[in-house]
Amino acid sequence: MSKIHVTTTINGDPVDYLCDAGESLLDVLRDRLGMTGSKEGCGTGDCGACSVTVDGRLVCSCLMLGAEAEGREIATIEGMADGETLHPLQRKFIEHAALQCGICTPGILVAAQSLLERNPDPTEEETRYWLAGNLCRCTGYDKIIRAVLDAAKEMREAP
Amino acid sequence: MALDSKTGTAPRDFKIIGTRPARPDGIDKVTGRARFGADMSAPGMLVGRVLRSPHAHARIKSIDSSAAEALSGVHAVVTRADFPTPEADVADILDNCMAGEKALYDGHAVAAVAAASAAVARQALKLIKVEYEPLPHVIDVDAAMASGAPALHEGRANETVPKGHSPNVMARHAFGHGDIDAGLAQADRVLERSYRTEATHQGYIEPHACLASMGADGQADLWCCTQGHYMVRNTCAAILGITQGQLRVTASEIGGGFGGKTTVFLEPVALMLAKKTGRPVKMVMSRAEVLRATGPTASSSVDIRLGMTSEGRITAGFAELRYQGGAYPGAPVDMGAMSAFAPYDLENVRTIGWDVVTNRPKAAAYRAPGAPMAAFAVESAIDELARDLGLDPLEVRLKNAAREGTRASYGPTYPAIGLEATLRTARDHPHWSAPLGPNQGRGVACGFWFNFGGDTCVSLNITPDGTVNLSEGNPDIGGSRASMSMMAAEELGIPYDKVRTVIADTGSLGQNEVTDGSRVTFAVGLATIEAARAAKREMCKRAAQVWGIDEEAVIWEDGAARPSGPNAGEHPPMTLAEIAAIASNTGGPIAGHHEVNAEGAGVSFATHMVDTEVDPDTGAVTILRYTVFQDAGKAVHPSYVEGQFQGGSVQGIGWALNEEYIYDDDGILQNAGFLDYRIPVASDLPMIDTVILEIPNPGHPYGVRGVGETSIVPPLAAIANAVSASIGTRMNDLPMSPPKVLAAIQAR
Amino acid sequence: MQYHAPTSIDDALRLLAAKDGNCQILAGGTDLLVRLHSETGDDPESILDIKRIDELRAITPEAGGWRIGAAVSGAEMGEHAGLVADWPGVVEAMNLIGSTQIQGRATLAGNLCNASPAADSVPAMVAAGAMARIAGPEGARDIPVAEVPTAPGRTSLGKAEFITSIHLPARPEGGGDAYLRFIPRSEMDIAVVGCGVALTLDEAGICNAARVSLGAVGPVVMLVEAGAEALIGTAVDDAALDALASVCSDAASPIDDKRGTVAFRTHVAGVLARRAASIARTRAGGAS
Repeated sequence: MSKIHVTTTINGDPVDYLCDAGESLLDVLRDRLGMTGSKEGCGTGDCGACSVTVDGRLVCSCLMLGAEAEGREIATIEGMADGETLHPLQRKFIEHAALQCGICTPGILVAAQSLLERNPDPTEEETRYWLAGNLCRCTGYDKIIRAVLDAAKEMREAP
Repeated sequence: MALDSKTGTAPRDFKIIGTRPARPDGIDKVTGRARFGADMSAPGMLVGRVLRSPHAHARIKSIDSSAAEALSGVHAVVTRADFPTPEADVADILDNCMAGEKALYDGHAVAAVAAASAAVARQALKLIKVEYEPLPHVIDVDAAMASGAPALHEGRANETVPKGHSPNVMARHAFGHGDIDAGLAQADRVLERSYRTEATHQGYIEPHACLASMGADGQADLWCCTQGHYMVRNTCAAILGITQGQLRVTASEIGGGFGGKTTVFLEPVALMLAKKTGRPVKMVMSRAEVLRATGPTASSSVDIRLGMTSEGRITAGFAELRYQGGAYPGAPVDMGAMSAFAPYDLENVRTIGWDVVTNRPKAAAYRAPGAPMAAFAVESAIDELARDLGLDPLEVRLKNAAREGTRASYGPTYPAIGLEATLRTARDHPHWSAPLGPNQGRGVACGFWFNFGGDTCVSLNITPDGTVNLSEGNPDIGGSRASMSMMAAEELGIPYDKVRTVIADTGSLGQNEVTDGSRVTFAVGLATIEAARAAKREMCKRAAQVWGIDEEAVIWEDGAARPSGPNAGEHPPMTLAEIAAIASNTGGPIAGHHEVNAEGAGVSFATHMVDTEVDPDTGAVTILRYTVFQDAGKAVHPSYVEGQFQGGSVQGIGWALNEEYIYDDDGILQNAGFLDYRIPVASDLPMIDTVILEIPNPGHPYGVRGVGETSIVPPLAAIANAVSASIGTRMNDLPMSPPKVLAAIQAR
Repeated sequence: MQYHAPTSIDDALRLLAAKDGNCQILAGGTDLLVRLHSETGDDPESILDIKRIDELRAITPEAGGWRIGAAVSGAEMGEHAGLVADWPGVVEAMNLIGSTQIQGRATLAGNLCNASPAADSVPAMVAAGAMARIAGPEGARDIPVAEVPTAPGRTSLGKAEFITSIHLPARPEGGGDAYLRFIPRSEMDIAVVGCGVALTLDEAGICNAARVSLGAVGPVVMLVEAGAEALIGTAVDDAALDALASVCSDAASPIDDKRGTVAFRTHVAGVLARRAASIARTRAGGAS
């Protein structure tokens, strides 16, 4: 089985890898590149734990082939903080106790960041619908929604 | 040392308990650095995969793995024949991990392979030839109890089951006191109703995963996501025939469990593959495997008889509960029968529970196992009777509420408990009097959970620079490291961020019970406080030694040793850091530890209130407003207590409305994925409001009660009561999915 | 398995022809990857990714309507103001599929070719009178969207053909469309019933043309002629909506499965038709 050579950009870094034709981007991230921050909860696009952005568009990395990443710009949870400075969403998630077990957290943060890039002032309802594809079984979503709205507020008020 | 620890009374003036600091694992979990079950790799690692039965019930006539073994890249295939004959206490667990003579449910493991890659492993599974002889199957609990039902096992019923029952009936449990007939005779109104609930899954987002290695000398290491790595160690050692000391288990971060990770599935198989191949083996379940082969809860069929006076006093309560717990004995019907009437002070109460097997995956614990179904039946019946009699359902509950001194329906007499407080607070809350619109209804229900203690072992080490490492043995499933650090810091009188709590591997501490029964904040907290007190005693001793005074004349206050009594003020206080710095010269390292089978867990009660709206044309139910009132004893970290209330409530909402195991006529699970196993999504829900009540548990130094499980007990009935009020007819069959609600509306 | 990402329709056709059918077209991949990773399925020999073909990635005006390339995602459709203004029902139907993440990938043509009876976008396209453009060895051909799926999981496309675009016609004067589906949750489910309505009102507010379609109540999406008849010549008032609901329930021939019952789907087909027609009427400029 010959492998496909892919040249891409992940969190701003140039990255090369070899993958099989049927391999998902999630498998490439986790198993070939050691980037285990994106999680596999279902493998069918129903849980959102593997959320990443591709050329700025939010997708499930389990539903994209690694081969498709050629020439794209991928962003994952590992690139969200700026060095030791957390993104406001990350900080607010800790502050609001918006995670219990934490397995859905990377996907939800990536999805929430994508929301706030498009809509800096979302309503509760808009936030809930945007995040409907990110399952959380621990929190009942309450503190997650509060953390996102609070982060949005802080980001809007930032100078 | 004149510490208040001698009397065990709690310091009431907390500095840290009750605040909301950042959790110690927070940054790891928001940056993707935290390592969960599937996030660990090892050099030379192989990939393990499981072949599963496509039949609900079948005799395994033969397994031919020769073609799979011949495939390039395949290193080993294991079947049941590879495992030693198990001792009785792990026989069912092993049989569930790897089928023996029969496959007992769709998804039952029958073989496993270790291969160089996932692709080869997948190909190898297709080459394993299993010859099955399909057998008749049974899925429904009442059908499984009927005479002539297909039998899963023969002769396994225990001595509690009277003769003449279906061989699928494994046990009978009975609780109660008084005289039901006499009680019913005193009632002004008697209600007889039947209720049903479907099986639901815990639905943790992280699939089961592990990484095993095992040498030829029998020494083995296992990394896995579990609620109890000591349980994993003990169970796997027994199954593999090695000693517990040979197997070291490290708990990964755990991506949800809710009871579903309190047993083993992959772990013994991975160890066996590792043993056979001499290589590390990693196994990760797919979501379909999780749903087909792990932990759903029991489905239930419950009959209730309830008598009430026209004033709302319950004169008698009777419940017969039938739970199917999948293919092996152990449905949580005993706990259902114990908890059904636990919130009420009843003269005449009796419950009978039947533990029944069916061709479904073996039920695992799920948050307050057994209690939500029982509460659904009892709380629905109370509501219906109250409304029939024109009484306020909240007042009726208050009138019958258990309180300190009440003899519980399951035997003991309650110490101080919080049920009445939750009901009074609910009655006085603005939610109870808020107006409702058309097609809207409001429901309330109460819930109870026992909470456990159990074997617990912690070690608290003072570092030379005066910080504290706390090692405990219970996986942190929702923020417990924060709570432990807080309790240690509170007790030692030092800042929260001076304590780092880690979950130690099984080689580093003595036995620890599983993270279950809402036991961790209670029992590990208790052990942590005692370990901190032991360290304080040692530090007082060191200070006494430096000062040349009697150690009994030293007290610990505000993070420092101080001379007391006649010596008070003679020496400046020595802080923890100062004592730590000279520890080497005063006798060596300083540590405190505590080992205990913790007793005194305090039961926790809750009252839930919910508003629903029903679309009369489609039967769709919307949750408009939800408020939880629960007794936490003492909320150590209120944010995480609220989180437990909210999370449990939403799992209950899913159970009430849309979650269910759906089987076809062949006993094959139809919805083994998150697409059709419908757990609530963010847009389904409102905010979940919480009110924390604090009625201290006399069994814990700080008054802590377990809070994790009670919150899933009331929602089923609370929502059924609200929907029934919305549509004007009772919903006694869960889930209240739109087709069922619409049919009820049309049949009105 | 091999992966190909041609940059022209002709290259894609050559590859398809060379593979003799054992080749899967990859557009958004939201159905294909689920199948690829399922535990039971057999892998195709090749995957042909059409997203590198530029002309399939665009939404372009054509004949007063819109041509939507087969690789255009749902999210891109939702962000296209002109398309949303003309065919809000079609865009809403597409945007109902799955999550935000799915929207970043899923395509109209993929939803059509997956040939699920419950595909959300298909009833809306059928109601709108959309045409699918199919590329093949004999050149391009256009067929009504309703003629693409022939049975669950099956299409009328030849082995060496694939859909390159969907054309939505010019929105008629006084026209409005809507699509509604019923799902148990608020998001993330497959339609239990879906209903698309496109209608036009004359200056007096009387309906002079209508197309009504139903999804998930038969093996393929159905165009309900009787539904159109119930609306045409009326002001789409309560009596017309009652008649519409009745004929749509009559037209439904659903099955019992894990997502719904025959009785439920039959009833709700009428409920959704009524509600969708009411929205379409408002969009057409009629009384709301």
